[in-house]
Amino acid sequence: MSQWIEDIAKGKDAVLFGIHMYGPGVLALIKVLLLLIPALILVPGLIWWERRLLSWMQDRIGPNRTGTITVPDNFPIKGLRGKKQRTAGLLQPIADGLKLFLKEDITPASIDRKVYFLAPAIALFPAFAIGGTLPWGSAYLPFGDAVGGIYSLLTPVANVDIGILYVLAISSLGVYGVVLAGYSSNNKYSLMGGLRSSAQLISYELAMGTALASIVLASGSLRMTDMVRVQEQALWGVLPAVQNWFVLTPFGLVGAVIFLICMIAETNRAPFDLPEAENELIAGYHTEYSSMKFAVFFMGEYAAMFFFSGVFAAVFLGGYNLLPLNYEYLATHGWNFLGQDMGGFWRGMAWFNYWAGPAIFVGKCVVGITFFIWLRATLPRLRYDQLMGLGWKTLLPLGISNLIIVGLWIVATKLWGIGGGWAAWAAAAAVLVIIYLNIASLSKKDEMAFGGRSVEMKDPSPRRTVKMVDPNKV
Amino acid sequence: MLGDFMPILVLVCLAALICGVMVVGSYVLGPKKVTPYKSSPYECGVMPLGTATERFPIKFYLVAILFVLFDIEVVFLWSWLTIFKDAPTDFQVFSGVDVAVYLGLWIVGYLYIIKIGALDWDEATSLAPEKLEASATVAVPAQASNQEALA
Repeated sequence: MSQWIEDIAKGKDAVLFGIHMYGPGVLALIKVLLLLIPALILVPGLIWWERRLLSWMQDRIGPNRTGTITVPDNFPIKGLRGKKQRTAGLLQPIADGLKLFLKEDITPASIDRKVYFLAPAIALFPAFAIGGTLPWGSAYLPFGDAVGGIYSLLTPVANVDIGILYVLAISSLGVYGVVLAGYSSNNKYSLMGGLRSSAQLISYELAMGTALASIVLASGSLRMTDMVRVQEQALWGVLPAVQNWFVLTPFGLVGAVIFLICMIAETNRAPFDLPEAENELIAGYHTEYSSMKFAVFFMGEYAAMFFFSGVFAAVFLGGYNLLPLNYEYLATHGWNFLGQDMGGFWRGMAWFNYWAGPAIFVGKCVVGITFFIWLRATLPRLRYDQLMGLGWKTLLPLGISNLIIVGLWIVATKLWGIGGGWAAWAAAAAVLVIIYLNIASLSKKDEMAFGGRSVEMKDPSPRRTVKMVDPNKV
Repeated sequence: MLGDFMPILVLVCLAALICGVMVVGSYVLGPKKVTPYKSSPYECGVMPLGTATERFPIKFYLVAILFVLFDIEVVFLWSWLTIFKDAPTDFQVFSGVDVAVYLGLWIVGYLYIIKIGALDWDEATSLAPEKLEASATVAVPAQASNQEALA
């Protein structure tokens, strides 16, 4: 059985589907459709999942009615007539989408027409294009370093040598849609929402860039497939049975936390949803949009969440690997469990890991999105100065410090071995913590100013003077 | 000529097509009954006041400028980041020192913008600190003064 699977994967699988015989154009189209069609199917599913999960977290039921199928009375099989089958409301987002297409498309009179119609398209476009370099299946066969197998033909869409730069470049295009939507709507709320959003997106892009830069430094390649491949090596270079997922390394953990926060801010999700803070800005940049144009912004948000989770999974969570275990090493150096030789089990696991790669990858994306939803149900929205402070004064210095530490770690490991690497890491971390604390104390002065401030509000009528004094001061 | 990037072109075209279909589809399919109230800008049901292209705080401009500066400085590092790990030890040490100097300048610039308060969003301190002192009043217990006001 397992021999047969190995045979298929080792070269016959491509023949099986005849994929290798297509020209580059057709192959490119197949790859792109394999990326876009699951995304288009998953986006409504994610909207349903968010609504259901939020409902459960808030002790509600959520949409569970739409899509109840009743078997008609003239159905051939008598026993099934009149029976009802629920689909747990899965068709709700599709019904919503159809309804939105048929709603009135209100176009305000005083807008900048071209930009106004272009803006939603520009907001949605990068969300779909960002997945262009994401590998969702292993290009390498288990047991050996040979490139081959079905996934090496199908994924990623383009295995370019600037994979992670492509992700950064495309993700930064998203800000254009938001700013243009806010600017062209000729509405004060839209303008403020667009401005806030642009400042937020560019601020967090810096920290995101530094977080990814430290990982590029550690993996030595910008190619996404290489970045996953590096994570399949021995953990910290000393534990061959465990994979070196970057989230398990100290610098990778810092990078992962920075990237996670930036990813939430880049997709305008709670607690960073200030651009669309509904209690102060109506709906922010999409106040003047109606019908499907309004929904296009949301589609963009969900598709971006999905693909950003994919980037996170590929860069920090070992991509398409289920567990951080090196099955190949375990199969050859396997333990004897209760006298049983476990080699066959680990070989089977290696092949399962290979074939289930796409499902595992999508699973990691869904876990990422569940985390987004969980955060939305848990955390209140940040204040604007807190938001900018977090991006510029915490995440950016942290990201740069991380970058310096990784560089030191690489050089010290090469010069003095693994112990030198760890010593350099500890020393650099200590120095940078001191520097960071100094930076933090530099920006403390405005907090003092906040504490000492009192505002006097006067009503024209003489009797009513309300003084609001900071209670900490009294 | 396109080589590796040809699938990206296909992806970009298809993504643009999807976006175009969405926007045009909603414009074509939906009914249109234009009234003056519907086509005026939404301001919570009140008649809109003035234009929306108003002045906005210079902070946004400042953040954009700082972003360009810092982002470009990181962009210069990307090629070095890519080759550093597999480079010979000599190169690693020397280029490491170079980059450390470069990042040192980066950090000095960063400390400077923090110190002058370019990233402080509390305008009372960053733009006009003298206003803050002028508006400072003698601290009175908040509750007591509120009770006075109500009486």
